Amino acid sequence: MGLTSPATDYRGNDGTTVSSLSPNWVTTRLDSLTNWARSNSLWPMPFGTACCAIEFMATAASRFDLARFGMERMSFSPRQADVLICAGRLPFKLAPVIRRIWDQMPQPKWAISMGACASSGGIFDNYSMVQGIDTIIPVDVYVPGCPPRPEGLIYGIQLLQKKIRGESIADDTLREEKLVGPSGLFLPPERVDELSEPFGNSVHQTRST
Amino acid sequence: MSTLSPSVAPLRAEFGTAIGRHLVSCGDTVVYVDRDGSHDVLAWLKATPGQEFDYLTDVTAVEYRDPERPLEVVWQLRSLARKADLRVKVELDKGGPLEVRSVWDLWHGADWLEREVYDMFGITFGGHPDLRRILMWETYAEGYPLRKDFPLRGHFSRAEQTRQALAANPEAHYSMEELSIAEAFDELPTDMRERLARGERGFLK
Repeated sequence: MGLTSPATDYRGNDGTTVSSLSPNWVTTRLDSLTNWARSNSLWPMPFGTACCAIEFMATAASRFDLARFGMERMSFSPRQADVLICAGRLPFKLAPVIRRIWDQMPQPKWAISMGACASSGGIFDNYSMVQGIDTIIPVDVYVPGCPPRPEGLIYGIQLLQKKIRGESIADDTLREEKLVGPSGLFLPPERVDELSEPFGNSVHQTRST
Repeated sequence: MSTLSPSVAPLRAEFGTAIGRHLVSCGDTVVYVDRDGSHDVLAWLKATPGQEFDYLTDVTAVEYRDPERPLEVVWQLRSLARKADLRVKVELDKGGPLEVRSVWDLWHGADWLEREVYDMFGITFGGHPDLRRILMWETYAEGYPLRKDFPLRGHFSRAEQTRQALAANPEAHYSMEELSIAEAFDELPTDMRERLARGERGFLK
């Protein structure tokens, strides 16, 4: 845990020794403390649009019990949420919705893209589907699967917790809002096109421009 | 069982040349109807004793891969009392106007079905009270996705599609009509009326 690793004893030049851990107080780095607190109380904003949401519900229910990881409270209000979990495919019609939810979430915030469709468009390489939600919002962890099993999602969440424990509150760039710019996108258009490139069997399909 | 629907002969007797060919497909009778006579035929099928097709199961359209074949608009009718089905089709030549009369005045359930056909095929329904796109957002500019000349991934680049999608107002979909509270508008709380008037939740027409 974050609390124990930096707790080394202090030895002064005059030979005094101060233990970092006592029955009454503890010394640690502020980063370790905040990251420990943040990573263990992630409140998910469930954005469930398809079959991945069923697996997500199973993850939250008794058998897999997401509460073990400090996520017992589903935050259906984005203003009290820490991590947006997009569970399912995202059509273009929902793109402004998830963007607005993401903009409404206060910092610090993270996003998990759950499943093949949210991460890449999946089998829906067509006119109506966003080819990966990373073209709409910044994503921290991608969970592969169609849909991922609850174990897969929990592994993704643990990866996110690991990532959070490596953050620093002194690093402002981590908390930078990546807003939609004057181009109407939050990424350069070439980057969106590149991310949306077909792959696998899709490349054999024709595209007329 | 390939049995012809007993509705075909009375239809021919009533409308004559407005009724085209008919056939039986997988046990269902399909009747082709003239474009201009479609509304009269459907109204007759609904109202005439002995027909009583009181339930409109579906309105849809078909475009075949053969470019020579016309588009078809399909009405799937059901008589709940008689437990009988009938499929009525109108052929629309691709060169001509893609328009048929709306049957919303006969079956109000046709409202969204016709909007979907309009959204996906670009076929307009004359007399429809609120003919707008229903699945794609209203400012969608790429065309009609289920037409054969529509590329699978759309006409625009992914970046342009994403840009246009993000520019859409997600709350503009909830119009007064869709919420079906237009009639109760005067009974709404004052603040809600003000917000509706300002367009915060869709727009009054």
